[in-house]
Amino acid sequence: MPDLGKYAAEVLSSYGISLALILGLVALSIFRARRVRESLAEIEARSRKNG
Amino acid sequence: MASIWEYANPKKFIDTTDKLLPWISILAVLTLVVGLVWGFFFTPDDYRQGATVKIIYLHVPSALMAINAWLMMLVASLIWIIRRHHVSALAARAAAPIGATMTVIALVTGAIWGQPMWGTWWAWDPRLTSFLILFLFYLGYIALWSAIENDDTAADLTAVLCLVGSVFAVLSRYAVNFWNQGLHQGASLSLDKEENVADVFYHPLLLSIAGFILLFIALVFLRTQTEIRARRMRALLTRERLS
Repeated sequence: MPDLGKYAAEVLSSYGISLALILGLVALSIFRARRVRESLAEIEARSRKNG
Repeated sequence: MASIWEYANPKKFIDTTDKLLPWISILAVLTLVVGLVWGFFFTPDDYRQGATVKIIYLHVPSALMAINAWLMMLVASLIWIIRRHHVSALAARAAAPIGATMTVIALVTGAIWGQPMWGTWWAWDPRLTSFLILFLFYLGYIALWSAIENDDTAADLTAVLCLVGSVFAVLSRYAVNFWNQGLHQGASLSLDKEENVADVFYHPLLLSIAGFILLFIALVFLRTQTEIRARRMRALLTRERLS
């Protein structure tokens, strides 16, 4: 860990908040992609069955 | 060689991006991790700004992406208006939350950085103010897409909003040059060696920027695929209801 001196709080909070936002965005995007893909497959299967 | 307009076909777009997505994602993670680790652990403190200079590896790339995401949305919106390709409208929709997140990161890291350097979290400085307005445009754009049920009408109206918001995207970039005042410094990256940041900060910064760009591309691909599927889902559900 580098010595951040008197600015440790500023630097660490910047990295913490930014990485949390980026990871949150990535997780939400993957989660929604998976959910929509599954729902669409279900609906397509149902509409094929119903002709 | 295939025409770029072939990718306006949703199936072609999904097939192609499915192949590219894993590679771009891996490259994005690699460049981001290397850029940020290099910047955080292996660069010295700045002689004036001390350790706060390490915030540059997040602040500059996110600010760059906040502006360029909107410009990408502008191009996609223009394609929608002129050629009526649904994929381009959906790509613009997919990019908006990414751009909004980048704007928040730029604003938050800027405020945290500004406090010890300027003595204040916020100032109504031209660049800061235009960035805040850009963020409000992002929120408005996302809200407008959600508020309108008909996809084509939503794409039309959000495209117009995107054109108007582009003024602020450009302003965010050049505000410092337009009004030579305010607290915010000029561009950190410049072709002029005198103005550019020192090499020791420049190389990890370039890697971080590359990582943010690749992350943006990967997320736009993934989210556009999702929007295409969601649109098809809505169409099938409507057909089911009508039959």
